[in-house]
Amino acid sequence: MTIRIRVIAFNTFREAVRDRVLYNLVFFALLLVAAAPLLGEISIGVQRVLLINLSLSAISIFGIVISIFVGISLVSKEIEKRTLYPVLSRPVGRGEFIFGKYCGLAGTLLVNTIAMTAGFYLALLIMTRTFTRADANVLIAIYFLFLQFIVIIALALLFSSFSSPLLSALFSLSMFVAGTFAGDLRAFAAMSHGPEGVLARAASYIVPNLASLNVITRVSHDQFIPAALVGYNTFYSLLYAAAAASGAVLIFWRRDLK
Amino acid sequence: MFAVEILGLEKIYTVGFWRKTKRVGLKSLHLEILKGEVFGFLGPNGAGKTTTLKLLMGLISPSAGAARILNQPWRDPAVRARIGFLPEQPYFYDHLTPIELLDYYGTLSGVSAADRRLRIPKLLERVGLASQGRTPLRKFSKGMLQRVGIAQAVLHEPEVVFLDEPMSGLDPVGRRQVRDFIQSLNREGKTVFFSTHILSDAEALCHRVAVLNKGELRGVSVIAELVAQNRSRFEVVWQGTAAIPAMRNFGNEIHVAGEVARTIVKESQVQTALETLRSNSAQLVSVNPVGGSLEEYFLQKLGERENVVQ
Repeated sequence: MTIRIRVIAFNTFREAVRDRVLYNLVFFALLLVAAAPLLGEISIGVQRVLLINLSLSAISIFGIVISIFVGISLVSKEIEKRTLYPVLSRPVGRGEFIFGKYCGLAGTLLVNTIAMTAGFYLALLIMTRTFTRADANVLIAIYFLFLQFIVIIALALLFSSFSSPLLSALFSLSMFVAGTFAGDLRAFAAMSHGPEGVLARAASYIVPNLASLNVITRVSHDQFIPAALVGYNTFYSLLYAAAAASGAVLIFWRRDLK
Repeated sequence: MFAVEILGLEKIYTVGFWRKTKRVGLKSLHLEILKGEVFGFLGPNGAGKTTTLKLLMGLISPSAGAARILNQPWRDPAVRARIGFLPEQPYFYDHLTPIELLDYYGTLSGVSAADRRLRIPKLLERVGLASQGRTPLRKFSKGMLQRVGIAQAVLHEPEVVFLDEPMSGLDPVGRRQVRDFIQSLNREGKTVFFSTHILSDAEALCHRVAVLNKGELRGVSVIAELVAQNRSRFEVVWQGTAAIPAMRNFGNEIHVAGEVARTIVKESQVQTALETLRSNSAQLVSVNPVGGSLEEYFLQKLGERENVVQ
């Protein structure tokens, strides 16, 4: 990573950290995690399952919201406010700029996820008074959530490179929803024939397979997550994010800055 | 030796839903800026000044043509480290302080950490922001942002500085400070290329100016020559309408407002004009060289093509 990418990434991270909207999101996420033990009191016997489901869903929702809404404005805000001009008039490539912005937001989400994970384990400790070996399994589910975030950030960047912020948000959200049901889409594609089968198969490859990255229910019921799945998901997510971010760079490369 | 050579740069925008309507942003522009000169790029709003600067900065792609800066292709990354740019009405990351912002831009320009530590305080002092170095930029006025903008444009000690409307929106004090700064940059041997529609600024600062209108270069002139041409004409103002018939003999139009009249005479006619006024019992108000030489040139160049078309 060049020093320019590092500097742009750090500036993006610093901007997000100093942005009060981001603090509010984290605050609400932590509040939700803190409320989980109280909900557990209501549902006798399933406190741990409920806590894991609720906390990881909160981490997922807030992470996805940040990925989409900060992701779509990463470059468009710079163009709109013209803060990009003094950057690109320097020896900084457009690819370096996009990659730096991407790394900055991914870093922000990593820190947020770590903070929320700490909040979750604190809530779990308060509720169960002790940690078991199975609790460590939850980290895999959180890691998969983070992989979802890096895929969604890349998609938000890609859409924002050629469409308005509103449309970019809509497209990114649609991809997230479609990706969450990627398994069903693949099953439908396998059953379909003719033109709709071809379309369904094409869609199933284009849409990110976020279903495979959601193991919240499995870890909450102490089911084993194979190491191969961790490897496959890591490889798949990095490849998908790289492809989407490269698309964003290609489009941005040719774009005139108004 | 040229600092900037613009070799037929052209920009045509495609607009409309189907992108089929063409709008000319800049017609094939050929222009050379000499090393060490202050060059003014003049034109009304929408003339194509900002388009030219954006093309040179690589912010937009040309439809045709090329440019060379410091004898290298203008899009070469190596060139970018040797030039500075102040965009029009600059806006910077408002979550940063000027020190943080300059450190950020300095790193991107390849300035070493040691040099940044040394230069940033000096530069803030030079643009009059030494005491606001740690104040977030969101609290800055337009004039203060402009000064930060100038600081970031010269932080890496560029050889050529491009400034897009550097005095726009500034109060008289701010304009004076920016003028002084441009003059000091020039004294340091830097080439300054700046766009403006404020003619008095261009007249005070530039060695040469180019006039642009509707995306087309209308003329290039040396300021000193314009001023010299103008010194040969004087405006005579007097009180007393009785002298008007005699003053008509100088052949120029006479403007009358109540008891006060004025006309333009050649340098060789000044003495005779004064004697004519005295002999007609008129009271002399003033005799001044005609100002606004650049203004006349500018208006003439703007109007030339329209007159031909008409």
